[in-house]
Amino acid sequence: MKISSQTKQKIAFTLLGAAAVLVIVPVIVIFAILIEKGLPAINWQFLTAMPRMGMRAGGIFPAIMGTMYLVLGTIVVALPLGVLAAIYLVEYARQNWLTRMIEVAIVNLAGVPSVVYGLFGMGLFVIFLRFGASILAGSLTLAIMILPVIITASKEALSSVPRSFREASLALGVSKWQTIRCVVLPNALPGILTGTILGISRAAGETAPILFTVAAFYLPRLPKSVFDQCMALPYHLYVLSTQVPNVNPKIQYGTALVLVGLVFLLNLVAIITRSYIRSKKQW
Amino acid sequence: MNKIETQNLNLFYGHFQALIDVNAAIEEKRITALIGPSGCGKSTFLRTLNRMNDLIDGVRITGKVIIDGEDIYGDKTDLVVLRKKVGMVFQRPNPFPLSVFDNIAYGPRIHGMNDRGELEEIVESSLSQVELWDALKDRLDRSALRLSLEQQQRLCIARLVAVTPNIVLMDEPCSALDPVATGKIEELMFELKKRYTIVIVTHNMQQAARVSDCAGFMLLGKLVEFGETEQVFTAPKDKRTEEYITGRYG
Repeated sequence: MKISSQTKQKIAFTLLGAAAVLVIVPVIVIFAILIEKGLPAINWQFLTAMPRMGMRAGGIFPAIMGTMYLVLGTIVVALPLGVLAAIYLVEYARQNWLTRMIEVAIVNLAGVPSVVYGLFGMGLFVIFLRFGASILAGSLTLAIMILPVIITASKEALSSVPRSFREASLALGVSKWQTIRCVVLPNALPGILTGTILGISRAAGETAPILFTVAAFYLPRLPKSVFDQCMALPYHLYVLSTQVPNVNPKIQYGTALVLVGLVFLLNLVAIITRSYIRSKKQW
Repeated sequence: MNKIETQNLNLFYGHFQALIDVNAAIEEKRITALIGPSGCGKSTFLRTLNRMNDLIDGVRITGKVIIDGEDIYGDKTDLVVLRKKVGMVFQRPNPFPLSVFDNIAYGPRIHGMNDRGELEEIVESSLSQVELWDALKDRLDRSALRLSLEQQQRLCIARLVAVTPNIVLMDEPCSALDPVATGKIEELMFELKKRYTIVIVTHNMQQAARVSDCAGFMLLGKLVEFGETEQVFTAPKDKRTEEYITGRYG
């Protein structure tokens, strides 16, 4: 039997479409299970109260706040560092061995397993620099981990700003730095934000890097300074699922739902900001 | 007096020599056109006059470019001052993705002007000089990217005029425009000639003949012929110029 090219095309489209749709399935299943089993646990008290009875009851407030602090600390360190490095690499660096070394280092940094970051952070920040297990040490470790993501995305965003904008600005007697500040950076911002979103959601969800550098097993109070330990959602979830006997699964699923929800919320805020900025640009 | 003078100007991209011993004398408040086949070095030459070639890695320049009596490749040259004085209009209109007002105010603002009233005056006078004021005075807050290409190119010239240059370099300013728009930009050039020294690169020989007072013909990095436009086009001294102009070359 001969299959007409029309039919072949239909089969191809169906297969391609099916492959694309398949991507959504795991996301929907994960969300469905989390919502079904976790939602009953979530109420105001769960979100705002300290854990009690060895974490078997009460809320997860310190873990939520801990993750917030870590995310904030990570942004404060990684965003400026990443953007400045990207500006240097795109605008100033000449093609020589140093630049190539930096670029190779960034690629390798992106491939390092997260547990290695955790151990490195413990070695450098916790022990050698004597920060102790602290928000500072944890944020720095997470920042180093997401730096390659931010640098790579920022580099792409900066290089995608048309050369003609730079030339127009320079030809008006505007210095290179002013051109970068006033023309290149504003137009690269959406791309830089995208990279930061990706990095931050990864930082918020990782367990290994914070394991030895900041995360507290059970600490029913809020940290007072950056030198304090804190609880964090991913680690808390790990502890609830494997380290504490007889925990109501409702609490485990509730915690997972809050973690996923938080990451989702972070992404949403950044996506809205990005699309707002993008709606104002027309090139 | 010559506004711009180049002496034994050579330019290398790595090992490739793009300009060979160029000696040109460009007079004040006249339009000088540079013609020649693609790749002859005319745009490269234009870009040596405001040092835009500095942006490219591996460019080496020898010889002198003297503007108002000073060698701009000397040690004392301030690129910011130079480029304010020697403005440039590009092949494709390249307004910033900002409003009409902000496009024109961009230069003055960066050079330190913050007074709203003064900025408004500059915007009005700059737009008037390129004959856009009447068309755009009620739409100053509109995005510059929504204008027609011809208006965008005028806007780019206005943006340049706002930083008060006295030389305007034009790198094929009409190549993205249709014939009607081209004609209008050419009319504008006659107006601008009263205030500015204009150097234009064009691959359109009719355009060069129409607008310029002086003309130079370049070939393979050399300035083969340079003189009054009428003479270059009617009685060229060099055989290669004649061949190019009559269409037997390039």
